Amino acid sequence: MTVTANSSQNNQLELITAKIDGVEVRVPKGTLIIRAAEQLGVQIPRFCDHPALEPVAACRMCLVEIEGMPKPQPSCAIPLTDGMVVRTQQSSEVAAKAQEGVMEFLLLNHPLDCPVCDKGGECPLQNQAMTNGRPDSRFEEGTKRLFEKPININSEILLDRERCVSCARCTRFADEIAGDPTLELLERGAQQQVGTADDRPFESYFGGNTIQICPVGALTSSTYRFRSRPFDLISHNTICEHCASGCSTRTDIRRGKIMRRLAANDPEVNEEWNCDKGRFAFTHTTLDRITNPLIRENGELRTASWPEAIEYAANGLRAKRAGVLTGGRLPQEDAYAYSRFARAVLQTNNVDFRNRVASEEESEFLSSYVAASSMNVTYRDLELADVVLLVAFEPENESPIVQLRLRKAVRQNDLKVIAVDSALIPGHQKLNADVRLAKPGDEAEVVRSLSPELIGKSTIILVGERAAASLGLFSAVSNLAKEINAKLAWVPRRAGDRGAVEAGLLPQLLPGGKRVADAADRAELAAEWGVQQLPAQPGLDQEAMVKAALAGNIDAFVVGGIDLFDVPYHDAFSAALAKTFVVSLEQHYSSVTEHADVVLPVGVITERSGTFVNWEGRERSFAAAMHQSNALTDARVLHLLADKLGIHFKDQAKPTELHKSLSGLKSSANSTAMKSFTSVPVAGLVISGLRQLIDNGSLQQGEPHLAATAREAFARVSERTASNHGLKDGNLVVIKGRLGQMAIPVMVSDVADDTVWMPLNSDGSTPLRNLGLSIGANIEVQDGGPYDL
Amino acid sequence: MTKLVPNLTAHWDEADSYTLAGYQRHGGYNALKKSFELGPDAVITEVKESGLRGRGGAGFPTGMKWGFVPQGDGKPHYLVVNADESEPGACKDIPLMMANPHALIEGVIIAAFAIRANHAFIYIRGETPHPIRRVRKAVEDAYAAKLLGKNILGSGFDLEVVVHSGAGAYICGEETALLDSLEGRRGQPRLKPPFPAVAGLYASPTVVNNVETIASVPAIISNGAAWYKSFGTEKSPGIKLFAVSGDVKRPGIFEAPLGITMRELIDYAGGMVSDRPVKFFVPGGSSVPLLTPEHLDVPLTYEDMAANGTMLGTGTPMVFDTSRSVTEAVVRWIEFYKHESCGKCTPCREGTYFMVDILKRLQKGKGESADLDLLVDISAQISGRSFCALGDAAATPVPAALKFFREEFETKLVGAK
Repeated sequence: MTVTANSSQNNQLELITAKIDGVEVRVPKGTLIIRAAEQLGVQIPRFCDHPALEPVAACRMCLVEIEGMPKPQPSCAIPLTDGMVVRTQQSSEVAAKAQEGVMEFLLLNHPLDCPVCDKGGECPLQNQAMTNGRPDSRFEEGTKRLFEKPININSEILLDRERCVSCARCTRFADEIAGDPTLELLERGAQQQVGTADDRPFESYFGGNTIQICPVGALTSSTYRFRSRPFDLISHNTICEHCASGCSTRTDIRRGKIMRRLAANDPEVNEEWNCDKGRFAFTHTTLDRITNPLIRENGELRTASWPEAIEYAANGLRAKRAGVLTGGRLPQEDAYAYSRFARAVLQTNNVDFRNRVASEEESEFLSSYVAASSMNVTYRDLELADVVLLVAFEPENESPIVQLRLRKAVRQNDLKVIAVDSALIPGHQKLNADVRLAKPGDEAEVVRSLSPELIGKSTIILVGERAAASLGLFSAVSNLAKEINAKLAWVPRRAGDRGAVEAGLLPQLLPGGKRVADAADRAELAAEWGVQQLPAQPGLDQEAMVKAALAGNIDAFVVGGIDLFDVPYHDAFSAALAKTFVVSLEQHYSSVTEHADVVLPVGVITERSGTFVNWEGRERSFAAAMHQSNALTDARVLHLLADKLGIHFKDQAKPTELHKSLSGLKSSANSTAMKSFTSVPVAGLVISGLRQLIDNGSLQQGEPHLAATAREAFARVSERTASNHGLKDGNLVVIKGRLGQMAIPVMVSDVADDTVWMPLNSDGSTPLRNLGLSIGANIEVQDGGPYDL
Repeated sequence: MTKLVPNLTAHWDEADSYTLAGYQRHGGYNALKKSFELGPDAVITEVKESGLRGRGGAGFPTGMKWGFVPQGDGKPHYLVVNADESEPGACKDIPLMMANPHALIEGVIIAAFAIRANHAFIYIRGETPHPIRRVRKAVEDAYAAKLLGKNILGSGFDLEVVVHSGAGAYICGEETALLDSLEGRRGQPRLKPPFPAVAGLYASPTVVNNVETIASVPAIISNGAAWYKSFGTEKSPGIKLFAVSGDVKRPGIFEAPLGITMRELIDYAGGMVSDRPVKFFVPGGSSVPLLTPEHLDVPLTYEDMAANGTMLGTGTPMVFDTSRSVTEAVVRWIEFYKHESCGKCTPCREGTYFMVDILKRLQKGKGESADLDLLVDISAQISGRSFCALGDAAATPVPAALKFFREEFETKLVGAK
């Protein structure tokens, strides 16, 4: 458990001296007795107590004797004071008897089903019943109160009410940490139970944490229930592959299969939480895996041996004008391998990791402010700031642990959050954020106007990947940061994005923040890689590569981990791939393997080691959880290709070797100023929106319980937009775009005028795929009649 | 024999005692004018000097409670009247609100003026619609007469009063649970500190007082602290409503100085029904340990009750004659606490469940002698371990009953004659 609950205000630590069990302790003023006792190695039993939650003193398990007080007191709720003399169960009969009594009470109505309970073997109730309980029960002839079992509190979480000890950890987590206070205790007395209003599902992106902090087996997950016993699991420390928050996770494996994932304790990053995507979306590691190399023959993919496939791919790439496209799933080492393969082997700077809306301005921004920058802003910094400004970034959906940390700071340190975005959505409300609405294209103007009110305040600006959709916004943000002397950080969405920047997966950027345009930088890289020279001509970004391929100027692509439907020009993309020689390094059958000439299978996240660089710039290294797997990494496959193409690197493309090489480059980086861009307002009605945390993303496939917790898709419009275009709250809106149309329910709410906000990849709302349009594009709308629930 | 001192009850026999006219005919709202002349600090001093103690059961000195409210803190202050009278045996606040609601309202204005509160709430037990209607009407009349609202009687003091109906939970008589309920939450007690005087309703300084306590204030202001202190004892000064129920000929409310004895109250109540002697009684509702005929002459004061192992509580004695079974009484009390336990803390939630389970077994003649010791042990594990006083109250009936009537319990055991 985290012991950093109060550590942010530890500037002037006033120490007090007290005695626990006859031993003198010196602890900071305000330390709770139960925490001080932990420091002595005295474990006072507890259920409701949790260091990250406010004390409630409800379970009464932690009663201790305090000299001068007539009754035993809850040590979880009383701070140690100077001179206090405390006796725990170790030295006090009264405390020991009181704890024994509470334990006896707790077990009255608790079923004796440990042998079939998921928690059995890792259960605080079980353990503490052994250490602090009576040897026998005096309730032998009693009748336990029973409940129907189990009930769903949402599709992912099941509740066995008779096991609940009413510690209220789950309800307090929901209320305090997640900001989703719809999980509550209902009824009273022994009938008290956890539940939700009108039996509606508990809606939260963080609900899985309640399962983990439940001190009994009352809350279990649909996916893990009855699947394994804790003592049959082998646990591995892992890093979450889903977003740039960089959570430490624990992956529990039984006989070569992932059984579950938990949040691991990392006080600097995710504390002890993670989001439901990180916890439950791991089916992708086994679903629809490609296990053998494939070669296209007569229009069909057929199984091939590795030597045949490598040879076939090498032949297809030899002496071709090529492009390299990677998505956001790669660890930094593999990203580096792609970067090296493109430059040193294919002799091209046509590399881009941004399989999404991107711009030259963003590329400039990433080169100047992000690549090889040290950890400018950390989670801890967020807690200590006066103001955090969110630009084109909504943390609850786009980096959920940032959301939790901001919420903590808002609650504990009065942090003020300002958001420049096109719509006010629930995540903003949970941060009590002051949302400055701006239509896509107008954000830069709003950002510029913030300068007077932020000057003199300790401000941190977090800018998201959606800023690339609005020309001039990165320039406005970097100017504002200079003007008000604010710290600036880029929070991308995918786990591999920051690492890709470090690895130079951009057309004008080399690894370690080096520039393609700089001859000395190129020479340094060429020497590091043992090649004669690197290409000097700047490369193309992804969209430009697609256009070039269609125009006959690119003949081949090496693609790793991309879904065509993540970009609005997927029709052109698809045509470009059809026209060219495509080498696909993939885990699963995808929209790219459909066009691939060679498919080379690579390992999933659990089968490889490497490093994700989170948004802070913090390196999050992990070892392979399934080390017995034979799957290759992208880096290793590229290495085989390079060998076949006649480039023999001195290393063997092991993650450790690649990491060492890249680290050496980063240390000598020097930054250059960013070219400035001017914003161009867009006239007419436009699309805005974001990718919801739980949506149709590729890595979330095959997990129906998780998918069912996704938020319903709505087209959010302002009252004015609704009346201008004849739209009605509760009716459908038909949205027409380049490729087609789609209909989704309208919600009239706080949105910038002339803007239709919608999820970008959720059930019922897939504008990129169905309309062929993305943020900032003009659309036509019309009322689609009543929405039938 | 101790004389009754009708003060709050003085005019209950008049047909219009509950109306504004009826109240004003006997000098009603004069104390308010006097309070405005005295000023808030002097009012607090007067109440402090009177020695008035909380009449809701805990007996905390009222003036001291008012004095805890920080002044000039820039936060709104609130006065909350606890009219959630739900204690088994207690029946004093509801009759008071029915017969003399304006004494309560006048007290509310004076108390709010003293603690600088511009909002007051009267939280009335939800199962009792009659007093809710009556107090609402009285508040309406007081507004019409400019006794509530802006600039009361030209004093410059503003006060809004809200009459709020509870939703039927005994726990909401616990002051912090009441505040949660009033804020629209589920009524469960709050962790203290902070105490309501510092962070109560809406996290602002709040005084929570019982109906009878607040209604006693006008007379103290009108007649002076010295007058009030002339009744009762040094540690338990003043007069109190004693609501006598049970096996007496004329159950009812008797307003008497503290220190009156149970024997005297039974006499006032016309003696015992059927003239059977007293078997046991509880002096202050079901939450206090019972006493036996040998205690009939103990003065009903805070200190004498404590010296005899019980409490004055709400001052609403229940009297049981020799035809009554102490076991049955205890079963019903404990079932009440089991039913009303809010569920927040383990000892109260599970302990009452445990006790009822054993008591039911005893009722059926299936108990064993170890069960009696177990009951005492469970009570000891609840008492002082629970979150709030509800648990402590649930732990009181059994040990006292077993102390005085163990033989009776033993007749319920397996193999007993």
